[in-house]
Amino acid sequence: MAIKSFAELFKKFISNVFKNKKDIKLGFYGPPNAGKTSLANRICKDFTGEEIGSVSKIPHETRNVQFKEKVEISYKGKSMTFKMIDTPGITTKVDYEEFLKYKVKKKEAKSRAKEATQGIIESIKWLDDMDLVVIVLDSTENPYNQVNITIIGNLVARKIPVLIVANKADLRKAKIKKIEEAFPEYEVIGISAKYGKNLDNFYEAVFKLSKKIK
Amino acid sequence: MAKKIVKKKSKTKKINGFAIQFMPYSEIKNAGSTERIRKILDIAFTNSILILQGRLKPEEETRLIEDTMAMIGHVKSFKGIELAVISPHENQSPIEKFKYKIATKLSGADLGAITIIGPATIVREIKQDPRKIELLLTK
Repeated sequence: MAIKSFAELFKKFISNVFKNKKDIKLGFYGPPNAGKTSLANRICKDFTGEEIGSVSKIPHETRNVQFKEKVEISYKGKSMTFKMIDTPGITTKVDYEEFLKYKVKKKEAKSRAKEATQGIIESIKWLDDMDLVVIVLDSTENPYNQVNITIIGNLVARKIPVLIVANKADLRKAKIKKIEEAFPEYEVIGISAKYGKNLDNFYEAVFKLSKKIK
Repeated sequence: MAKKIVKKKSKTKKINGFAIQFMPYSEIKNAGSTERIRKILDIAFTNSILILQGRLKPEEETRLIEDTMAMIGHVKSFKGIELAVISPHENQSPIEKFKYKIATKLSGADLGAITIIGPATIVREIKQDPRKIELLLTK
């Protein structure tokens, strides 16, 4: 009995040692145009000198899941290596006519819409593989959006730690308190990915949350 | 008299061709996830707004989004859906929440919740806060 429990303990220890050696898969989720790629770019540029993807005012600019391996984030003497995963914005509707407002040609708009729908499916499929997820919300928008609630509900069901980021905090219309009220069970960090505002608090929260990874 | 009626009609904005369907939870209680989502999407394809008693599981909600995306471009003039859930436990105290969770476990579903699903061609936006849901329809 004692030998058996010792063997189990040893096995657990070995698996933990190897688990810690793997890079933490850090996913960026949220609605379109919330600033997921802007935030991922800011982090990647600060620690690797390279960006992860392109940014645009047109919704669904990110239509494929994008990765950046071996991003070593250093904060207050601590260091952790992440695999950054930037995902297409999740929504329940995609209308090619929306893109026409941004002077995108009809043919291109239709192809963009098709790619966007495939990107959303891909985003959802990736939920299972994440170690830690940052939900990026636009703090100028209403946070009571069913898609946000659905994504968080799925992460909770999968026991994946969640951090909520209220992006665009530099804008006058930003209402970070509203996001805090909408998700009282989660830590909400107000940031500006565009100007790199309050990223220290963000890194601190990520490091703290990474201890909860199972 | 008749002239007056015509005048009134011309001032009213018309919304063509949609219905509102209410579905009790018993309708989907014994159905599997695939069947539930198929039933919901079939209603959305017929330009109807569905008011469903209860709510789907989180994994069913993501599956609904996935299947919706897969159908855009394959079903004529289908652009997706608008989705909202309102649940009474959002504004409850921790004790009330605990009681509600037990009741939900016993009944096997969150029967106090209401799910609204409408095709995006009809429902432009659903404004949601913890106390109410507001449907903004396409003109």
